[in-house]
Amino acid sequence: MMPESDTRQSDPSASRIGAPVVELRGVSKRFGSLEVLRDVSVKFRRGETTVIIGASGAGKSVILKHIVSLLKPDSGEVHCRGERIDTMTERELVAVRTHFGFLFQMGALFDSLTVAQNVAFPLVEHTQRAASDIAKTVSEKLRMVGLDGLQEKKPAQLSGGQRKRVGLARAIALDPEIILYDEPTTGLDPIRSDIINELILKLQRELNVTSIVVTHDMASVRKIGDRVVMLHEGKFIFDGSPEEMETSDVKIVRQFVEGRAEDEQLAGIRMKGKP
Amino acid sequence: MIITTIGRKTNNSLEAFGRFWMFCLRTTRWMFTGMFQYRNWRLVMPQFYEVGNRSLPVIAITGTFVGMVLAVQAYDQLHAAGFAERMGVLLNLTLVQELGPVLAAVMLAGRVGGALTAELGTMNVTEQIDALRAMGSDPIRYLVVPRFLACLILCPMLTLFADVCGSLAGSWIAVGLKDIPYEPYTYYTMDAVAKWDMGVGFIKSLIFGWIIGMVACYKGFHCRAGAEGVGRACTEAFVAIFIAILIVDFFIATFSTGLYKMLYGFKSLV
Repeated sequence: MMPESDTRQSDPSASRIGAPVVELRGVSKRFGSLEVLRDVSVKFRRGETTVIIGASGAGKSVILKHIVSLLKPDSGEVHCRGERIDTMTERELVAVRTHFGFLFQMGALFDSLTVAQNVAFPLVEHTQRAASDIAKTVSEKLRMVGLDGLQEKKPAQLSGGQRKRVGLARAIALDPEIILYDEPTTGLDPIRSDIINELILKLQRELNVTSIVVTHDMASVRKIGDRVVMLHEGKFIFDGSPEEMETSDVKIVRQFVEGRAEDEQLAGIRMKGKP
Repeated sequence: MIITTIGRKTNNSLEAFGRFWMFCLRTTRWMFTGMFQYRNWRLVMPQFYEVGNRSLPVIAITGTFVGMVLAVQAYDQLHAAGFAERMGVLLNLTLVQELGPVLAAVMLAGRVGGALTAELGTMNVTEQIDALRAMGSDPIRYLVVPRFLACLILCPMLTLFADVCGSLAGSWIAVGLKDIPYEPYTYYTMDAVAKWDMGVGFIKSLIFGWIIGMVACYKGFHCRAGAEGVGRACTEAFVAIFIAILIVDFFIATFSTGLYKMLYGFKSLV
């Protein structure tokens, strides 16, 4: 199944899925001699949760960073809500970026600020709202992620899961249309992972956001994904629903689904003369 | 092979040089465009406290002991030559023009420069700077300008503080311990140390503050991944600042001495 299969009529989620809001057209990116993305084209549609899977170092996070222009492509174009954004200056990007929420892999909370100040940060920076109003919104967002009451804690006093949830509260502070999740469940136990997955689904239901999730966690893929795309050696090699992923006959996709390495991949770790 | 390597290294150096000046330009632009917004001044005050207040003890100790060492070492020679009453001239001119600005800047580079690079470097490797950008805030405005301004404005003030500490401590050695009469000591000192000397010291410390703020922030922003990257950036920042201070000091001294001679002629202190 190749990229950009536009509609899946049988999909029950299709009714809430709209036109593309983010599009990468022929994007290539190289870091030194390493070519991470090779002529990648993909569309992300309004209201859809797209999960990007792929091996470590395949360039999944690089795609997320191109979507908010934290990285610029060597060639190709990035469009968001009908505007080309890869040629914009940092100042021009300010307005574009307020439409996005970004949950970073480790939360990326500001160490020197409290939980409340972290969540309030986008509100203070981009709105003229009164302090009491901001405090109310902060409390509401923290309640959504199940952490109301931790306002005065510093990030260093939180567990990994709590940091990610605070990061999520900060990401949704401005009620963005598009939320990007960079490995939201990595490093968490299965229960905490499930809480994060439920949160993503809840935001999807309540805010009808467009979500783009980078993950290795196949349980997450099955639970939250409307659509799965797989990145391998700088190209998308699969684009389909989670159900189509389960029955895919693409070798690397099968390996991912089954969580199994090939014999030649294991050869290096086997001792000589032993099976 | 050798030519290729030299070419690549030259290319990398020129690229880094260009990147540094672009960083300086962006900082300067934000300084002027952001100076009318209260939300930006709100960010500066904590940095003033961090760079200024917390540096006072170390700057006081540096100034005091440099003043005392100068006095102890100069006294015997000046006394033997019959110029002991003019010791304040030597001591205060050295402090105001040379040792005050240089040593205060070096202490500031060690205490503040290293901390700034480490702080921004850690923010960089933990994606906090990316998070700022992703939320539509310019990290130059939010992180660099307040820290840079604190270094630029407070380096001259801390230098002045070091000068005062050194001068008082040196006077205590000269007048209090070596029994040099107070009135001639003060008279010769006041006569020799002119506004020009104070001005040269001020300009030096302003430029040193610029170097500390800009280089420390730049290195933090462009450090490599991991703890090793942050550690290396701190070392590189301190070494670069220290060398830059010494080189710039030489050129300012040469230029200011030449300019003084051109404007006012040779100035004899004896």
